[in-house]
Amino acid sequence: MIRSVPRSRWFDGLYLAYLVAFFVYLALPLTVTAVFAFNDAPFPSLPWKGFTLDWYLADGSAGRTGLFHDDSLLSALWVSTRIAFWVTVASVALGCVNAVLFERLEFRGKEFLYLLMLLPLVIPGVILGVSILVFYSGMANDASRLWGVELDVFRPGMTLVVMGQVTFIATLATLVIAARLRKFDPQLEEAALNLGATPVVAWFTVTLPWLMPSILGAAAMAFLMSFENFNTTVMLTGSDTPLTVALFNRLREGSTPVLNAVALLLMVGSALLAVVAMGRSRDNA
Amino acid sequence: MGIESDLFCSNLVRRFGSNAAVDHVSLDVPAGTFFSILGPSGCGKTTLLRLLAGFDRPDEGDIHIRGARMNDVPPNRRPVNMVFQHLALFPTMSVGDNIGYGLKRQKVPAAERRTRIARVLEQVGLPGMENRNPGELSGGQRQRVALARCLVLEPTLLLLDEPLGALDLKLREQMKIELKHLQKAFGTTFVYITHDQSEAMVMSDQVAVMKDGRFEQVAPPEELYREPATPFVAGFVGDNNRLAGELMAVQDGLAELRLDDGSQVRGRLGQTAPPIGERADLFIRPESLVLGGEALRPEYSALRASVTATLFDGANSRLEAESSGQTLYARLPQDGSAPRLREGASVQLAWDPMLARVFAAGAA
Amino acid sequence: MNAGAGRLSLWLLLTPFLLWIVLLVLLPHLQMLRVSFQVRESWDTLAWGLEQYQNFFTESYYWRTFVRTGVMSLFTTFLTLLIAFPIAWYIARLARGRARGLLFLACLVPFWASELVRTYGWMILLRESGLFSSWLQALGWADGPVEMLYNDVAVIIGLVYNGLLFMVVPLVTTLDGMDENLVEAGYDLGGNHLTVLREVVVPWAMPGIVSGCIVVFMLTLGSYLTPILMGGKDSAWFTEQIFTQFITRFNWEQGAALGVLLLVLSSIIVWLGLKLSGQSLRKVMG
Repeated sequence: MIRSVPRSRWFDGLYLAYLVAFFVYLALPLTVTAVFAFNDAPFPSLPWKGFTLDWYLADGSAGRTGLFHDDSLLSALWVSTRIAFWVTVASVALGCVNAVLFERLEFRGKEFLYLLMLLPLVIPGVILGVSILVFYSGMANDASRLWGVELDVFRPGMTLVVMGQVTFIATLATLVIAARLRKFDPQLEEAALNLGATPVVAWFTVTLPWLMPSILGAAAMAFLMSFENFNTTVMLTGSDTPLTVALFNRLREGSTPVLNAVALLLMVGSALLAVVAMGRSRDNA
Repeated sequence: MGIESDLFCSNLVRRFGSNAAVDHVSLDVPAGTFFSILGPSGCGKTTLLRLLAGFDRPDEGDIHIRGARMNDVPPNRRPVNMVFQHLALFPTMSVGDNIGYGLKRQKVPAAERRTRIARVLEQVGLPGMENRNPGELSGGQRQRVALARCLVLEPTLLLLDEPLGALDLKLREQMKIELKHLQKAFGTTFVYITHDQSEAMVMSDQVAVMKDGRFEQVAPPEELYREPATPFVAGFVGDNNRLAGELMAVQDGLAELRLDDGSQVRGRLGQTAPPIGERADLFIRPESLVLGGEALRPEYSALRASVTATLFDGANSRLEAESSGQTLYARLPQDGSAPRLREGASVQLAWDPMLARVFAAGAA
Repeated sequence: MNAGAGRLSLWLLLTPFLLWIVLLVLLPHLQMLRVSFQVRESWDTLAWGLEQYQNFFTESYYWRTFVRTGVMSLFTTFLTLLIAFPIAWYIARLARGRARGLLFLACLVPFWASELVRTYGWMILLRESGLFSSWLQALGWADGPVEMLYNDVAVIIGLVYNGLLFMVVPLVTTLDGMDENLVEAGYDLGGNHLTVLREVVVPWAMPGIVSGCIVVFMLTLGSYLTPILMGGKDSAWFTEQIFTQFITRFNWEQGAALGVLLLVLSSIIVWLGLKLSGQSLRKVMG
């Protein structure tokens, strides 16, 4: 079972076969999706009709519209990017503050508040979306009906989507940053004070650089999670459709290789982001 | 108060709840001294050091550094630097940036900073190491970087919080000597706290022995060893044998003790004389014990004991013997002068009473 | 630091936290609970009542879907654990050096694509005109196109796929921290593979197992895309009904009630899981 305990040959063989099967299972759907982004056929299925970049580049003149000429998908991509940006900023900021709050301060009721902080992790994403919709959109409805005041920010739209995503992404960011802060030796801050730094300078010159890898990691994670989120987003989205929702609507109409093209683009984008974030955090570790 | 002293404290008190971790401590450290505070863990020495560095505030008493009162000065404005127990080198900065950190806070221009960093690195024996990462250095090198980081600021006072504790034995021996040389070379006043008496003895000009928040004795190492003022110091500093008995008589500063098996021994009376008939302890160092068979001087006090074991350890070889239920250790010289002794053999242990100390019992 | 400054910095840090928790979590959920007890009498008059919950219990379609979703989520979680454990064990204990890092990275790969993309990939593979069907025909094992999509097995394949990463990572983390001497001692004292696994390894890995199971269960229970896109006509998922109430029928009161029920179900199962395994949420998640 471990390397120092002898194993029989067939056990080893079986284990290896299982591993291979597992990783094939992991890779298959994504590989297939990626490959069919280049199939020269109007429908993503066999047989293979040859390689084409039409699903990215076609301008609609030959009956095919590639991703880079598909205005609705491009604008959805832009909406998603803006949402992800604000979610990242808000979640990482909250994560830093919460990490300091829970790792460095002592106060009454801390244990209870920590559990509250974890709460969004055990609430299904749909419910997070629904509750925010009911509360804020309901409030906007009531305000309009009772006083004629239009609270448009609280109507389904980008603001609500950002709020809904921040609800649980902030918890994840907090956990990532707090884990790093826990490994910080508070003596380092004392050393900085001892060498003549004020508490604020000590925080920015010693503590923050220490947290940086986790902040970047949390930011990359927040961006990806926001970009890919569907369950919370779909309840809160308004006329500006984010990418996942737009893709879902397309998929219901029927699949075309343009969807494969978008999917591959997303995979490459996320992979790059993940690699960059991991590379950065390894440099600073 | 001492005008030329670098550090002067009067009646410092720091309480945690009802327990006084530092209990009316006064100290006066002249400029350029290596001053050690020696005590077992939990004696309050770390608390005292944190009061000096400004990470904690005294409940009573004053701290003066070069004549200036420090009580309300925050840690970043005190002319005091500290080498932390685990060194606290900033892991996100290079060696050079670590050392330059304090200079940068003093707004020293970059060019001057570079030359001062280079110079101090040379002084601690790490020339050209500016761009290394603290994580790549050996334990001894990290130690030196931590020292350089403080010394480059030319502090009035350097506090050291058991910085050698994390090193292995051999390196520790080497660093002890090196620290002493560095202190002499820089001329900075060092306040060094430790629980390791050998560190304190080897390096210090003055040692304060601390127990339960109070100073038991402040003296140069030799005096501590030869003239312990209290039974605690006698027992804590250096190896010592303790013989418990009853005080019979005092004559010319020499006390006569009757041990529980009836034998009588003599030793010089310590500072506090217990009344006749009270319990008392006699302390005698292993190297002061002479094995029987050698020519005994008449004034010597002697005792019969039975050998339980011989413990060979090179120059530190010892004999373990038992007398009236008490275990005694005597040094066994390895120059061939010691007799060969078997387990259970009866032996006579003798000593010059002037080298033994008698204190009232129970105090240690 | 004096007491005044300490209090000030505490409040400074506490305020954003409280705003987040109160405005985005507590108030919205309380409001959802409130709305679920409302009954719409006309377009602008509301009354209090239990009608929404009565509907749930009288309409067998609702509670059948509810039970089905719960049971299938539990089953998916269990299956994910079974599949992930040997993989995590291999990565944490048997693989060495580069292989180890690469394998771990490979487990993270599906996470780089969103749930929608992953589901889409499975659709391309499993549907009637999909790859598996074509391959089967090419191999001569099937005469005509085979539909493998739109059934419960397909849904579970997709759900397990979504959850794997969240099971493997905590398992690897806990197993990695285990001292191999523990296992050696287990064998040395006369244990075999099975007893050592049961009495040494599993108790050690319990925090990781529980953490992985909670996350996978929550994801599965709350998932929408996979069951919708891969499930058949009979494999409705409870989240789907919440969506329908809110998006299609604009019946917020009924939707809120269904939401509360889903939340209660997930809370009870997470709580039970923690109790049965003797773990605490703080230890498992924090």
